[in-house]
Amino acid sequence: MQPILEIRGLEASVDDKPILRGIDLTVNPGEIHAIMGPNGSGKSTLAQVLAGRETFTVTAGHVRYLGADLLARAPEERARDGVFLAFQYPVEIAGVSNVYLLKAALNAARRHRGEPELDAMDFLALVRSKLKSMEMPDDLLYRSVNEGFSGGEKKRNEILQMALLEPRLAILDEADSGLDIDALQVVARGINALRAPERAMIVVTHYQRLLDYVVPDYVHVLSQGRIVRSGGKELAFELEARGYGWIDDAVPAAAGAR
Amino acid sequence: MSAVVRERPADRAGREALERALAAWPAAAAQLPGARGTFVAKLREEALARFCASGFPTARDEDWKYTDLAALAARSFLRVPDDVQAATTEPLPHHALFDDLGGHRLAFVDGRHAPELSSIGPMPDGVRIESLAAALARDPAALETWLADTRGHSAMAALNTAFLADGALVIIPAGVEVAEPIHLVFLAATAATIQPRNLIIAGERSKCTVVEHYAGSAPAFTNALTQLFLAGGAETEYCKLQDEGERALHVGGLHVAQARGSRFGMHSVSVGAALARHDLTAVFDGEGCTAAIDGLYLAGGRQHVDHHTRIDHAQPRGTSREHFRGILDGRSRGVFNGRVVVHPGAQQSDAWLTSRNLLLSADAEADTKPQLEIYADDVKCAHGATVGQLDENELFYLRARGFDAAAARSLLTWAFARSALEGIRLTPLRAHLERACLGRLPQALPLAELM
Ligand SMILES: Nc1ncnc2c1ncn2[C@@H]1O[C@H](COP(=O)(O)OP(=O)(O)OP(=O)(O)O)[C@@H](O)[C@H]1O
Ligand SMILES: [Mg+2]
Repeated sequence: MQPILEIRGLEASVDDKPILRGIDLTVNPGEIHAIMGPNGSGKSTLAQVLAGRETFTVTAGHVRYLGADLLARAPEERARDGVFLAFQYPVEIAGVSNVYLLKAALNAARRHRGEPELDAMDFLALVRSKLKSMEMPDDLLYRSVNEGFSGGEKKRNEILQMALLEPRLAILDEADSGLDIDALQVVARGINALRAPERAMIVVTHYQRLLDYVVPDYVHVLSQGRIVRSGGKELAFELEARGYGWIDDAVPAAAGAR
Repeated sequence: MSAVVRERPADRAGREALERALAAWPAAAAQLPGARGTFVAKLREEALARFCASGFPTARDEDWKYTDLAALAARSFLRVPDDVQAATTEPLPHHALFDDLGGHRLAFVDGRHAPELSSIGPMPDGVRIESLAAALARDPAALETWLADTRGHSAMAALNTAFLADGALVIIPAGVEVAEPIHLVFLAATAATIQPRNLIIAGERSKCTVVEHYAGSAPAFTNALTQLFLAGGAETEYCKLQDEGERALHVGGLHVAQARGSRFGMHSVSVGAALARHDLTAVFDGEGCTAAIDGLYLAGGRQHVDHHTRIDHAQPRGTSREHFRGILDGRSRGVFNGRVVVHPGAQQSDAWLTSRNLLLSADAEADTKPQLEIYADDVKCAHGATVGQLDENELFYLRARGFDAAAARSLLTWAFARSALEGIRLTPLRAHLERACLGRLPQALPLAELM
């Protein structure tokens, strides 16, 4: 079985400051990997590097997506090819309606796959049904992308986009932060609805509570740009109970073991 | 020190153009409507004297610091091609007639009324939409009060007045609403010097929508002047679109005088011409006036576009909202100088003035200076200016959703431009303005579905 994602020895820096310092990770179809770790450990950087953010310079290592070099490709090519990043901080875009963004994104992916574009009617029917499952009001479609959305609405909007685009690899960067209990469940349902044997997800989170709903196959702890510990879902419970202090103590040992 | 003062080339161009103007004037003035013995004749004479005293504006004039008209525009002023017969007549841009707009159209070709391109529909009693030349030939005295108001006029406005001949005259009587838009379109067909003079008089509590539109691909020199008078409680929606050819020079003045409780709404869009200079003034002569002005300019290549605006809160309880946006590409330059003056005693004035510029290239330049001058104490005033590039976060977000880099850039650029047009209620008019802008933006996108 071909892995969806293989990351080997990935190092990345910004302005010559190293942030990712040797990441190895293999993600197979059907798997959900949770990535946890203290603030500033490099979780978002990893997510953004995978999506193609040019702010970060990859200084070593490689990444294969469905067997092909991922890092050589432009962000939009990755997106059309099924890599989806739900942003920790979704960006507000004044003057561009949400519905336009959704439609353009979906049709770009469909063209890439050689499928016909959806016409306005079919698209609207599809997006409405997804909107409903995310318990979002219709008017969010016609407002500018994320502009004036509440924190929770922004997060739901990211999941809505994912639901519409049906990516092969979804990278969710703190899809749960700032959500109330009900919204958390809606978002978790949205994520679970996309669980499928051919699809994989990387779920970045600080909290066990999301993982109660979206049960991961693996949990990794990122610290200072390295994965310092990997385990099953129990690892998340341990972190919840003990914090990151004991992990940081373990950093030199983990690094030495490589 | 040498006593010999060498004349700068710019000054020489200006002086020569001035000499051409003086030489041309007597013959021209003799043929103009209301030529002899009327107040118009006197008005022209006085204006000529004023213009002679100042000459074409140069960079040494504070208001023209960035736009040396003497150097640029004077070169083509009244310089009719040697062989007039051979002067190329550019095909008229028929799409500029905005046929789907409905309403009334008054068309001008090279500054002269063109009845064959005009179409005036049925109108409420007393409404007049006609050629100013015709009105002056009939009864010049009737227009004296309006034409003689030279407040806010620059040297170029004086030049326009010196040659005052034709343009649009719109009169809306008190209490009348003209529901359909009034489209005044000025087409440049040859490399002519075109000086339209427009007069719009909106009576008490009247309502109308007026579009002042410049188009045509000829390398003409347009020096237009429009005066707009809003009587008490009048509401005017105004739109100016400058969409001239890439070798044209456009100088346009628009001066608005507002009486008590009148409302002036404006969308100003400047996308064409090699050089465009707009002077816009509004004076609140009565209490409780409102002026809401949204401006947009796009420039690329070596285009130069300059806006000088001034709103005078001369009376209490006035509200002004002025928001200009500029998008500058290539080696273009955008100048925005906006002033809001709150006069002594103009209490409870509420003014907001902003200027935002988007630079699409490293060689483009924006000079922006919004200024508030406040001489009253009970006021609410704010201003701001920005000059920046497209936002990297927004670009990446769009690319992460499958937009290629060029499409993401043009989408964001378009979004920035479009918000200046959002307030236009008349859908076909907004679509025309959007099209005029889209045609000038760097790359095309399948934006049809956005509109
Ligand atoms: N553009 C940038 N310029 C400079 N430093 C950056 C930049 N982006 C990230 N960093 C730094 O890289 C480090 C990792 O940041 P990152 O956002 O990946 O952390 P994180 O693990 O996602 O943290 P959090 O849990 O707070 O979201 C931080 O020290 C951050 O300050
Ligand atoms: Mg983060």
